Amino acid sequence: MLEVNQLECRRGDRRLFTELDFSLSSGTLMHVRGRNGSGKTTLLRTLCGLFTPERGEIRWNGESIRELGEEYRRDLLYFGHTNGIKGELTGLENLSIAATLDGDRVEETAIWDALKRIGLAGFEDLPTRMLSQGQKKRVALARLILTRARLWILDEPFTALDVDAVALLQTLIADHVATGGIAALTTHQEVPLTSGQIEQLNLGN
Amino acid sequence: MLRVFWCILSRDLTLAMRRRTDVLTTLFFFVIVVSLFPLGVGTESKALQIIGPGVVWVAALLASMLALERLYAADYEDGTLEQMLLTAQPLSLLVLAKIAAHWLLTGLPLVLIAPLVGMQYQLADSAIGIMMLALLVGTPILSLIGSIGAALTLGLRGGGILLSLLILPLYIPVLVYGAGAVEVSQIDLADTQPYFALLGAFLLIALVFAPVASSAALRISLE
Repeated sequence: MLEVNQLECRRGDRRLFTELDFSLSSGTLMHVRGRNGSGKTTLLRTLCGLFTPERGEIRWNGESIRELGEEYRRDLLYFGHTNGIKGELTGLENLSIAATLDGDRVEETAIWDALKRIGLAGFEDLPTRMLSQGQKKRVALARLILTRARLWILDEPFTALDVDAVALLQTLIADHVATGGIAALTTHQEVPLTSGQIEQLNLGN
Repeated sequence: MLRVFWCILSRDLTLAMRRRTDVLTTLFFFVIVVSLFPLGVGTESKALQIIGPGVVWVAALLASMLALERLYAADYEDGTLEQMLLTAQPLSLLVLAKIAAHWLLTGLPLVLIAPLVGMQYQLADSAIGIMMLALLVGTPILSLIGSIGAALTLGLRGGGILLSLLILPLYIPVLVYGAGAVEVSQIDLADTQPYFALLGAFLLIALVFAPVASSAALRISLE
């Protein structure tokens, strides 16, 4: 359960949003909408604890995320504008490092399976800088298959992906929400859900 | 804990092995700076023995400075640093692993090449031994302190100059006692132990505080 109380964020002198209240219970997808510059990314980064809000509080299962610290981050998966993968390392290496840092013990076969499912069979052993933009993004998104995080925060996850990958990603998000997970994302596409509920949050006017 | 430390350490070492030029530039910079002085000052052994320890230490300071910018910059650009901030691990542990890898790649080679550069200054064998030992204790301090500056100046324009202005003054104690140990060792009856005790104390203090300070600085820089 993620609760946001009276949140206010500023970038320099500009106030992006103020008195923002919402709560997400398990099995919910939140779709953050708004024009460019309305503060979508700032909101998502604030939810991760990367950005300090001007005012207000964010609680995870009733406790402030500032106090929870590492415990909160164990439940969290953030996917930002940068893919967060190393170009010199292979897809396998990138994913196994990410899993170790998340505190999960993931078998190598599980990583092979994840890469295969995301459509990168045959590219596992290539340094990711050799891959195309969309393929790099797929490597980063393979983390969604491996992770055990309950809260997914995804910033524009659909850009640079082809039709198949978009469909797969939508399935992954739908499965995550159906099994009681929470997802918050920004996108200009509609994300269909077969179960669970979709909340819409509009930023800006 | 140890698994995570090892994971980051081997990750950074693998990255460096796949992009070797970065490591070699630091080492060659050190060798070239040290070699310039005998060419400029002349070959009189008395003069060289006097300036030798100081020059080697100043060169080590500058070389480790040069490498610092890269400590976090690459991870910052591709977003892996952001992901590290969001893992369920204490950030200071990850930072310590990164510093350790950085020292193995930029500090340790300086220690190993010291006997070669020491020969240009006609230093005695015992003085070279002391110099290696002093560098071995001193260069990790440089990496640790430097990491704080690198984290603070991350993503700033012209961060390199600012980094040297911030960090070089903090390197002074290491320079004074590091070079001092080698100079004193050239005198008979002199004892180098106090110098090493002080260097060791600096190292311990830096080991405790630098990772914590660096992680706080990283969180500020990534806002």
